[in-house]
Amino acid sequence: MAAPTLDDWKQMYRALWRIRLFEEQIQRLAAAGEVPGFPHLSTGQEAVAVGVCAHLSREDVLFTSHRGHGHVLAKGSDLQATFAEILGRQEGLCHGRGGSMHLVDVAHEVLGATGVVAGNLALAAGAAWAAQAQGRQNIAVVFFGDGATGAGVFHETLNLAALWRLPVLFVCENNGYAEFTGREEHSNVKHVSSFAAPYAIPAKTIDGNDLLAVHESAYEAITMLRRGEGPYLLECMTFRLAGHFVGDAQQYRSKEELAANREKCPIERLKRHLLERGVGPDELDAIGEHARGEVQQAADRARAAPRPDPDSVLDDVYRSGFLNAISG
Amino acid sequence: MLHSFIDILRRALDEEMARDAAVHLLGEDVAAGGAFGVTRGLAQKHGATRVRNTPISEAAITGLATGAALCGLRPVLEIMFIDFATLAMDCLVNQTAKYRYMSGGQLAVPLVVRTQAGAAGGAAAQHSQSLEAWFIHVPGLVVVAPSSPVEAYGLLKSAIRLGEPVLFIEHKRLYTMKEELADDAPLPPIGQARIARAGSDVTLIAYSAMVHSALEAAQTLADSGISSEVIDLRTLLPLDMATIAASVSRTHRAVIAHEAVLNGGFGAEIAARIGSELFDELDAPVQRVGCPFAPIPFAPDLERALLPGSDDIVRAVRQLPGLG
Repeated sequence: MAAPTLDDWKQMYRALWRIRLFEEQIQRLAAAGEVPGFPHLSTGQEAVAVGVCAHLSREDVLFTSHRGHGHVLAKGSDLQATFAEILGRQEGLCHGRGGSMHLVDVAHEVLGATGVVAGNLALAAGAAWAAQAQGRQNIAVVFFGDGATGAGVFHETLNLAALWRLPVLFVCENNGYAEFTGREEHSNVKHVSSFAAPYAIPAKTIDGNDLLAVHESAYEAITMLRRGEGPYLLECMTFRLAGHFVGDAQQYRSKEELAANREKCPIERLKRHLLERGVGPDELDAIGEHARGEVQQAADRARAAPRPDPDSVLDDVYRSGFLNAISG
Repeated sequence: MLHSFIDILRRALDEEMARDAAVHLLGEDVAAGGAFGVTRGLAQKHGATRVRNTPISEAAITGLATGAALCGLRPVLEIMFIDFATLAMDCLVNQTAKYRYMSGGQLAVPLVVRTQAGAAGGAAAQHSQSLEAWFIHVPGLVVVAPSSPVEAYGLLKSAIRLGEPVLFIEHKRLYTMKEELADDAPLPPIGQARIARAGSDVTLIAYSAMVHSALEAAQTLADSGISSEVIDLRTLLPLDMATIAASVSRTHRAVIAHEAVLNGGFGAEIAARIGSELFDELDAPVQRVGCPFAPIPFAPDLERALLPGSDDIVRAVRQLPGLG
């Protein structure tokens, strides 16, 4: 990999802001009652999405979790169409059938977010198997939280992926909490990367709030995958500054803990790095403001977009015409 | 030449693999032929990358097959016993079934999950169940339950070509059944029932192995002058209500027979639909024959005592007003 240029880092700085501001809009609209359901925000975890997806081509397949807005945007999905989906509009990525927890965007090989913790892992392995079986060069990437490691299918999938040497990158965003309960109450295994060793899957634990570290480690992992060396598990230590879902009062953690982690904000950290490298503060502010304008415009347009036609509610349960062809 | 159910499944898989390079088989022991020999020799013929053994990890292999189906393969996954599908339920119910809908039609899951169900030979409570009703409850799935080798041949090929997630339920009692296979038999479409025997006094609705109990009952009833029409549903979801309606409109009586327990069974759904859609046609209440509400016991004497059969169907028909 050629080292990223200063312009590359500025692009990633912009990408971080787009996700941060996108989710701030979601939070604001949810508070105003405009977002159905209960979206889960990744505020504070954006560097993982941006640092990993920077190395993915359009053909690389992405699976994510209930906390997936950032991954989808980092993979290239359109801001407005993603907004529209989360607002339940016809022009949304899934025409309002999926919503925040079930984002799919085939045009960018975002093949799905799942609302059931750990449910996405085996699907990603399957996408990797399909690529392997059909001789395609793409890889599969799946993002999940540390809570997913409590599910049996996590371990089943690691075993299978290692056994078949599947080109799948497991990216764990270890934010220290599985829903409302700290990791120490879920498992004696402190680091998710430890689970990789018995299956001989290479793994690494890194600071997930340091975009430079994520970018570099993801590059190493993906390079190994593309060489056909089998799966890799990248554990990114991070912290969600938002609640588990929008509306979570977060009584399970202290103000001090939140304040301490705000200091580790990945956007602030990249900003400090760029300032140290001589980028002017005005330029960085302008990048942030530009992202704010983009997000605001996308949100406004999505809010004005038409709602789905109730008569279409039975579309796409099966392929068109299948039920009509029989008496059902 | 006579083909057993197992041999004919193998032939259908073999032909579909030859026809379409996207078809891949996976499951526990399938490369070695599978627990019942269905896939014997296919790994040697089509290659180890297309017929793959998996660990005993039903959740992961169902997810794997689903993910692969999203990305261009047409996997045929074997879940050795339907009882083990309990371990795959998150994927089947929450993901496989809903992908097309949740993605707004962007994706489809062309996946066939072959599994084997029903009671026979002392397989006992965890290897004998008839759990089809659980799956019939899930929008997005297709559920097929063939009644004979010839039916299984055509329906499996149709299922592989369908492009929807299909649960293909094979009854272990049928595995040794043998039939001739015509060379040019058309493939039965998914979603279409067949009349297994024509009759005029009562419609017996069955699927899978129970079709044979219904045919046996029809023969017994014929000896005492009662003419039974037997419908083999073949596909349970979606249900071919048109064939049922046409038959019940002629016979004005219906008995539904399945091996699954009656409580919450598929017969309840069919009875409800006949009751609401064909009320004016009925000369008698719709009756159901099924398993009493108990797990399948181990001892052969107990297994026989529990399982419904042709005697139960004959008794149910004879209790109908006008046929006693």
